[in-house]
Parts: sequence; structure tokens; C-alpha cells
Amino acid sequence: MNTTAPLLDVAGLTLKIGGSGRTVVNDVSFQVFPGEIVGIVGESGSGKTLAARAVMGFIPPAVRLEGGRIRFDGQDVMTMSPKDLRAMRGSKVGMVFQEPMTSLNPSMLIGRQLDEGLALHRKLDAPARRALILDMLRSVGLRDPEGALTAYPHQFSGGMRQRIMLASVMLLKPGLLLADEPTTALDAVVQRDVMELMVELTKANHTAVLLISHDLGMVARYCSRIVVMSQGDVVEQGKAEDILARPQHPYTRKLLSAMPHRSPARPLPEARTPIVAVRDLVVEYPGRQGFFRKSEAKRALHGISIDVQPGEVVAVVGGSGSGKTTLGQSIAGLVRPTGGEIRFNGKPIEKSDAAYWDYRLNCQMVFQDPYSSLDPRMTIRQLVAEPLRLVPDMSPADRKARVAEVLTEVGLGNGFAERYPHELSGGQRQRIAIARAIVRRPSFVIADEPVSALDVTVRAQVLELFDELQKKHGFSCLFISHDLGVVEQVADRVIVMQDGRIVEEGPRDDIFDNPTHPYTQKLLAAVPGLEATSEGGVRLFWRRAENDQEIVG
Amino acid sequence: MSIDSTTTGGASMKKPRRMKLPAPNAIVGGTLIGILLLAAGTGALWTPYDPLKLSFREKLAAPSALHWLGTDEFGRDVLSRLMAGAATSVWISILTVTLAVVFGTLIGLFSGYMRGWTDRIIMAFNDALLAFPGILLALGLLAVVGANKYGIIVALGIAYTPSVARVVRGTVLSLREREFIAASRVMGNAEAFTMARHILPNCIAPLTVLATSMFGYVLLAESALSFLGLGVPPPAPTWGNMLAGSRPYIGQAVWLGIFPGLAISLTLLGINLLGDAVRDRLDPRMRGSR
Repeated sequence: MNTTAPLLDVAGLTLKIGGSGRTVVNDVSFQVFPGEIVGIVGESGSGKTLAARAVMGFIPPAVRLEGGRIRFDGQDVMTMSPKDLRAMRGSKVGMVFQEPMTSLNPSMLIGRQLDEGLALHRKLDAPARRALILDMLRSVGLRDPEGALTAYPHQFSGGMRQRIMLASVMLLKPGLLLADEPTTALDAVVQRDVMELMVELTKANHTAVLLISHDLGMVARYCSRIVVMSQGDVVEQGKAEDILARPQHPYTRKLLSAMPHRSPARPLPEARTPIVAVRDLVVEYPGRQGFFRKSEAKRALHGISIDVQPGEVVAVVGGSGSGKTTLGQSIAGLVRPTGGEIRFNGKPIEKSDAAYWDYRLNCQMVFQDPYSSLDPRMTIRQLVAEPLRLVPDMSPADRKARVAEVLTEVGLGNGFAERYPHELSGGQRQRIAIARAIVRRPSFVIADEPVSALDVTVRAQVLELFDELQKKHGFSCLFISHDLGVVEQVADRVIVMQDGRIVEEGPRDDIFDNPTHPYTQKLLAAVPGLEATSEGGVRLFWRRAENDQEIVG
Repeated sequence: MSIDSTTTGGASMKKPRRMKLPAPNAIVGGTLIGILLLAAGTGALWTPYDPLKLSFREKLAAPSALHWLGTDEFGRDVLSRLMAGAATSVWISILTVTLAVVFGTLIGLFSGYMRGWTDRIIMAFNDALLAFPGILLALGLLAVVGANKYGIIVALGIAYTPSVARVVRGTVLSLREREFIAASRVMGNAEAFTMARHILPNCIAPLTVLATSMFGYVLLAESALSFLGLGVPPPAPTWGNMLAGSRPYIGQAVWLGIFPGLAISLTLLGINLLGDAVRDRLDPRMRGSR
């Protein structure tokens, strides 16, 4: 394939921040050939997004171009006139952004948004454009393309919006598609569908793809070549199989080892009284109430029953809308169940004050978003000490000592105590959130997607910390996640949910090795399995769901 | 290469807190408000001339060495009246804003936190009040409570409460969806504690902005009421009735309007600058970023 001229040729690209002179992209070179899929992998701050945006001539005002050359289709992007640059964007290079919720204009009809680019770059009359648009919407899998034309973006789910976004870009049949974390905001199953669609469409149009992602597994699955970036540098690039199997650079190895792997199954103590027992839990969200009418209630959980044994980590997995978060919130007492019963240590929590306080003090929660789960006006010490306020018989000195102890346990130390959350990174904040949840030494912790907002290597560290703390203190845990890889690493038992019902449950190894329910199989097909190789790399394998046509081998 | 950012990244960043110069808006705002308070304080005890003393020989005298800011149509010294009026006007504004902020915040917090029917009923009533222009509402209330200094405070305070309640309620509604509120409930904190500890402090930023701009409206509303004869009854000076009284003489004695107007504008400027500085100071996210 390398006999033809490269479509995109980036050589020695260096970008600096204007004021401080900090180098954010340092001497980056890579090439993309026609029809090829190349992945740029790196964590936040690695410069991968900046490097890709420079290709389009989109450099933020604060960033200065220091050197290097970007040639697209033989033309130098740097010296292009604004007019040529505009002609190139959209028509020859398309871009799909991360956030499907914000990349479509919410006040514009889908049909008009799709038409905009087409009308600008192609000389076609309205009926011809309409035919093209309908055709494209059909090929991205929209059920009712005619109807979609006169619908607004908010009427579609995240996955559908990303398909529409893809349709709008592919309408112009660009030579190169820049996809910046195109599926990060979507859940695993939808993520896979969108990726497969993207690969299929670009293949059909002979469009090259530059895929930017932090997810090494996904990049490895779809890309022929991988560029690994870290802190502005390209640390390694090459064929996907080589990078995975024989990583040369320590950072690549670190990324690979950060991919979740299965820990050995551990024996659990004999079943005693379950610490949490949920029976026939039903949760309904009331429909929208107007002054005159009341729309129907939406049932989020249809009679869920689960038991969590002392010391056990139970994972609840499912896509968005499966009810897994609602389940966690109702066990945490944040959502009032419509029906059913929750017992804590064998006692129904609603019945007596004593049982309620035992439950309230011993059941804690770690939230998904470390940016929103910490009160921005409190210092770390205040945040971590707050739960202790309600612990009876604890002297101020004891409290102070406990806070220091817990901060050390989560790997931060007392030096952080006087800082505010905004001074910490996402990983550090999530450590604080964990510290706050365990500072009362609870016997049960609910973790709702605790690592899904974090970078891969940080995720691995936080998971490891969580695992360590769980083993040390022996608390039981309900671990809610859409990411099966993470679940495989931490869970003893797995519960798979779909549409508010449990579709399958069992010990982790059974679920992962012999899934019986089609939905479980579908979930598993969306994540890679890992096998360590002798050269310090990994080999990925993909489980296949039954009745599932694989597009990429 | 250190990628282990979650554990090492910040520990070395900790630097001793240096004393920093206050922000420029704090300096300018503080100076203006300082002068105002000084003038109001002095004006309550001592003024160059008796602000109420008539002197028909000197009426409508231009600013001079004797009367720095000139005299009005009755020959009263404008500077003395400005100083005496500062105490009244500022006192009225401060009390009115405090009243509106306290009641508005309580109503907004309660309404936003309860939601459901409680919220709907309170807000329907609130919106009905908001639909009246503040000054009209105050006029009606003044007719009930009587036109004097405290009547104005009560009337304007009630008239401005609904907008505070609106702003606080909106903030509460958005805050209570944040995960740290859920975290507080999972901890077992009582609802009232959650409101006081987590929700109220996070309402301070919008409240400061609102309160400072309201201060200006109240100063103007007070002058409008005085202008209509429902304010502080003459001959007692307020900036409002001085401004109102200057109108017939705008052609012959510009200083009568200019100086009270200038006093009002500079006070507003000072309060707005100081308000911004206070808001930034109270927000930990803004600290140290300068």
C-alpha cells in the first residue's frame, strides 16, 4: 500500500503555547495513505488532539506553530489561503467530534444541517441534494430517514446523533476523516456499532481515517497503523500488531498494562446473611406532570432481586437506560422505590430508626464524575471529614487522625488537606471521592462508574487502589459499570441488566467465558479479551456474539 | 518520565501562600466606597453648613470657594446636603438590599429545594409579583405602610424580593442535580444541613452580583419615589430628592443635578467593582489564579 504517495504527510510538527512557550506538540511526524485507518493513541495532554486539529488548520489562538510541515494531497496546509482552507475543510477533510450532544446545532433541523455542507461544497440542485442526504441517512442505519430530516437533534439518542454526524461528514465523500474520540461518550455496545459503521462507510468511499482515541483496545481493533503519543512526543509508531505484541517504548508498555485484565478468582466466605438484600425492587419515575394531564409513569426497574454477601464485589453491567444507575441510587437511598424491599444486614431499612442509621452510616457511594461530586467551596480536609460529623463518640483529634490516615490510604497524603478540588487532577479528585466514601469504614460501598471519567493509566491506578482498599477493609461493593473490561478486573460476581431487568447473573468467570444471554454476548463482543505475550505485549481477541456479522476480521 | 500523575503530580506544587496585592477592582471599588462611607459618616455628625438652612441671598450660586458645590434654589449648600443625604440614601439602600436578599434567599432556597407543588405555588405568586414593575409595587405598598424612611425600606425590600427568589431558586435547581448534593444525602446529612452547608455557599456568586446591581436600582428607585413625593419627605435631603429637585433649574444651575447624579453613579461603580472583588475572593476557584 505504501507505494502510493501519502494522502496526509505531517513532518516535524511542533506547537507551543504562546505565552509560556511550553511545547505541547514536539516534532511529530506521521503519514496517512489513501484509504488507510491510522490511530493516534494517548492520554489527555498528550497533544493528540492538537496535532490532529493542526491538519485542518484549526489551531487555538493561544497556540503557536513553531515548525514543521503538513501536506495534504500534495498541498501545504500551512501556507494555504483561508479560502482554500475552507474549501478543504468539509469537502476533502471531514471531522467527527467527541461530544454528539454538542456537535449538532440544537435549534436546527437535521435536514438543514446536513444540507449546509452539501450546498456549500457541491454544485447540486435541492432535489439531488435531498436524494443524497436520504441515501446517506439510510446507510448510517436511521430507520426513518424522511422523518429525520424534519427532526431536531434532541430527538435522537447519543449513538444516533453520532451516526447523523458521521452521515453529515461522509456526505461530501472526503478523502480523509478525522475522528476525535468519536465514541468515547457512548456505551460499549453503541460504541462498537458506530465504529463498525464508520469503518464500513469509509471503506466503501475509500476514505482514509485518522482516529484519535485514548482507548488502545479500540484503536488496535480498527487501525492498521498506530501512533502512540505522550506529552507532546510520538513515542512509538508502527503496525498495530507489532505495537501490541512487541511494544518498544516503556510508555506503550504502560498503556498496555493499564488495559484491564482478569485477576484470579478468589474464594468467598460461606454465604451468611447477605449484607444487602434487595427483593422485587420496582422504581417508577413519574411522567411529566402538567396542570391538566399526567403522562404515564416510566418504569425503570421491573422487580429486581439481588443479594450481596459480606466482602463480595458484585458488578452490575448494562448499557445506558438499563436501570443500573437507578438500582444503585435506590440502594443508596437517593431514589425512593415504588415497590419492593431493601434489607441491610437482614433488617429492612425503612422499618426502624436504628436499622436506618446502621444502614446510613455503613452504606456509602462513590460517584461517576469527580468534577461534580466534590463541593467546590470546601477544602479536601473538610470534604473528607464531613461524613465523620455524624459518627457518634468521635473526638476532634480522632477525626483529624482519621482524615490523615484515609488520605494516606488513597495515596495522597495529608499535604493535600488544605487544597480545593479545582487544584487537583481528575484522578486525584476521584481518590478524594473514594476517601470520603470509606472514611467512616463502611461495610458496603456503591461505586457508580467510578473510573469511566478517567484516563486509561489513571483509571488503572484508581482501580488498583480501589481493589487494594476493598481487600484491606473487606467492604462489600456494588460496582456499576458499562465497561466490561473494568468489571472483569474487579468483580467476584456479575449481574447483567437490560431495560430494567436482570438478564443474566453468575460468577465472573462463567459470565465472561460462557455467556448464555444474547445481550451478554453482545456486550462481551464489544470489548477485547487480553492475552499477555512473552515479549511484554498483549494479544487481543474478540469474542463474537451469535447472529453477528463481523465487518472487520 | 513520570506518568504517575495522580500521586506525584501535585505534591511538589504546594507553595506558601504569599500576600498578594488586592485586585485592581477591589482597590478602585474600595476607595470609592471608602470615600462614600467617610462622607456619610461625617455627614451624620458634621457638615460645612446646616443642610436645611435657607439663605435666599445665595440662591442658585455657582460652585465657589465658599460653597464648593454651589447652592440650590433655597440657597442651601449642595455639599452639605449631599453629605447629609449620603447617610439617608446609603442607609436606605443597604437595609433594602439586605431585606430583599434575606427573604428572597429563604424563599428561593425553600422553593428550589422542595420542588413539586410547593415550588409551583410559591413561584406562581412570585412571578405575579415580578410582573409588576418594582416601582409600581413599591408605590402601592407605600400607600399602605406610609411614606417615610422605613416605609420606603419595607416597600422596596418587598418589591425586590421576588427577583432574588427567582435567581436563588434557579441556582438551587441546578446545584441540586450535582453529585455532591447526592453525596451529602448518602452521608446521612439532614436536608437542612445540606442546604446550609452545600447549597447556600454555592449561591453566593450569583447573589453578590444581584445584590450589587440591586443596590443601584434601589438608589434610583428611592430617588424616583422621592421625586413623586412619596419618598423621604422634604426638607430632609436624599440624593434622590436632590436630583428630582434639580430638574426645573437644569438650564440655570447644572451643578444641582450633576453632583447628586455623580454621587449616585460613583457609588454604583464602587459597589459593583467591590462586589465583583468580593465574589472572586469568596470563590476558592478564583483564588491564586491571578
